Amino acid sequence: MSLAPSDAEAAARAAQARRRWLLTLPALILLFCAASGPLLVVALYSFLTAGEYSGVEWTFTLDAWRQVFWTKDIFDDVWRPADAHLSIFWRSIRLSLLTTLITLLLGFPTAWFIATRPRRNRALWLFLITIPFWTNLLIRTFAIMEVIRNQGVLNTLLLWSGAITEPVQILYTDAAVLIGMAYVYLPLMVLPLYAAMERVDLRLVEAAHDLYASRWRVLRRVIVPLVRPGLVAGSILVFVPAIGAYVTPRVLGGGRNMMLGNFIELQFGQGRNWPLGAALSMTLLLMVAVALILYVRYAEGEERDG
Amino acid sequence: MSRLMMGAAALALMAGGASAQELQLYNWGNYTSPELLAKFEAETGIKVTVTDYDSNDTALTKIEAGAHGFDMVVPSANYVPIFVAKGLLMEVDYSAMENFSNLDPRWVDVPWDQGRRYTIPWQWGTTGVAVNTSVYDGDPNTSDIWLNPPEALKGKINVVPEMNDVMALAILYEGGQPCTTDRELLRRVRDRLMEAKQSWMSMDYGMTERLGAADVAASVNWNGSTFRARLLNPDVVYGYPKEGYPLWMDSVGILSDARNVEEAKTFINFIMAPENAAMISNFARYANGVTGSEAFMDDVMKEAPEIFPSPELAAAGVFLPTCPSEAVQFYTAIWTELQK
Repeated sequence: MSLAPSDAEAAARAAQARRRWLLTLPALILLFCAASGPLLVVALYSFLTAGEYSGVEWTFTLDAWRQVFWTKDIFDDVWRPADAHLSIFWRSIRLSLLTTLITLLLGFPTAWFIATRPRRNRALWLFLITIPFWTNLLIRTFAIMEVIRNQGVLNTLLLWSGAITEPVQILYTDAAVLIGMAYVYLPLMVLPLYAAMERVDLRLVEAAHDLYASRWRVLRRVIVPLVRPGLVAGSILVFVPAIGAYVTPRVLGGGRNMMLGNFIELQFGQGRNWPLGAALSMTLLLMVAVALILYVRYAEGEERDG
Repeated sequence: MSRLMMGAAALALMAGGASAQELQLYNWGNYTSPELLAKFEAETGIKVTVTDYDSNDTALTKIEAGAHGFDMVVPSANYVPIFVAKGLLMEVDYSAMENFSNLDPRWVDVPWDQGRRYTIPWQWGTTGVAVNTSVYDGDPNTSDIWLNPPEALKGKINVVPEMNDVMALAILYEGGQPCTTDRELLRRVRDRLMEAKQSWMSMDYGMTERLGAADVAASVNWNGSTFRARLLNPDVVYGYPKEGYPLWMDSVGILSDARNVEEAKTFINFIMAPENAAMISNFARYANGVTGSEAFMDDVMKEAPEIFPSPELAAAGVFLPTCPSEAVQFYTAIWTELQK
């Protein structure tokens, strides 16, 4: 009545906005309870004092955070940079980067192969890629162990073929962890790459060839820029779980050298130092967050420049 | 006829409903004999439900959090005082129970539960070394096997990643006592471990299979697991390190907020009968604390050297106390450096 048309419009818009918020509310509540809530608990615990027998005491302290980077030498009570922690961090980062690289080298041609099949066959190939997901991670890891152990399938075959005369020790080495992680995370690289490649207009590739671009140049200047979003997504999907991996290093690495996941578990179990475990978890989280932000920035920058 | 049957069925249902007794046992995974529970239910009508845990810390955390619904728990000796200190275990006059006299006196006045006021033995065992004699046939009864290994074993040794047991073995080897905070001694322990690690292949669990398959030639390992490995591979022997080795015992107790206290007492009296205690051992392959139960054990267990050591070897066993957090901090630091 008294509302001007523009006011009515604004009211309608406001009502719509309210409805949008109301509709997303369940998802937001779930997100908060399932993701942010536990995270806040972890953050809180990292500022508390370790209890005598596991658990925490409600006294504020920065001890746990100090212990992430410095450690009090148990022999002369001097605080020194925690080189043991740093080497565990570095091993996790190095192995995760290598895993990302390996899955990229194996996943890229695989995804390209699938994307260039006739449309009706692609579903079958994708289906084959997802088959490993049907089996529990632990069981797949133990299956890998059966393959690479000294009396395993691989060594038996190599011995039988005469290529080697003594079993090769693969199990319980960093190589075993890499094999295991590359195997487990490969589909996470292939699927986003495929999604990006499927949309590539193959006529662009043909045009590049017509213009006398070498195969390498076509790959570098045409295909890679076009599938960059898939590359970014795939690398993130592999790197992030790899850096926190627990089962694979534990089973295949033989436990002589810890990765971050195992180190954190030690603090919550036999180490009885929950605040340090919480601070280590938060450090890992911050590291991943910073790496992701930098990487996405970098990838976007490239895209604009290209 | 049919009416009669229906009446009988209804009566049976009512009877069942009236005596539907239950009991919630919170115990280590793969540790409770299903035959034992079946026999208990047949004799008493009490149905026992088992829930698994994989470490003392898991059990402690869950019970402390409350609202767990469990009646009984089976902590290790070094955790019983923690459970008691936190008021989680109920004090019960177990000595008044009919079968209490069956307990081996050795297990009654134990340091972690004097006079058995809170817990009753479930199973006990040792942490020692397993050796494959086809690779090395020297004396297995020494921690030299893994801390100063002979040439034949280098690169083929596993150490179970159980910090408390491994640190205790190494401290005893260097002449100290478990939970020591003597820094000079701990420095020697650290150096010894760091050097010995060069000869280790892995630090992993699951040695029953891997000793059996000869994937590893030696391992720090538990006696029951080594016993099962020997059944798979007759070359495997178990050594009791003469420098000293940890003894452990898991004991069952009633929780202070248990809902089925009478049923739990019935159960605990039941497992102190020799024939029933033997069922526990026949399943998990460790010794129990009940005199006379050997007679009911499987033949392979009766003369197993992994379960029943000779008296001189038995003398080197030490129960691990609950270490104060200062000692745990030292051990975690050494452990982290060892696995960095």
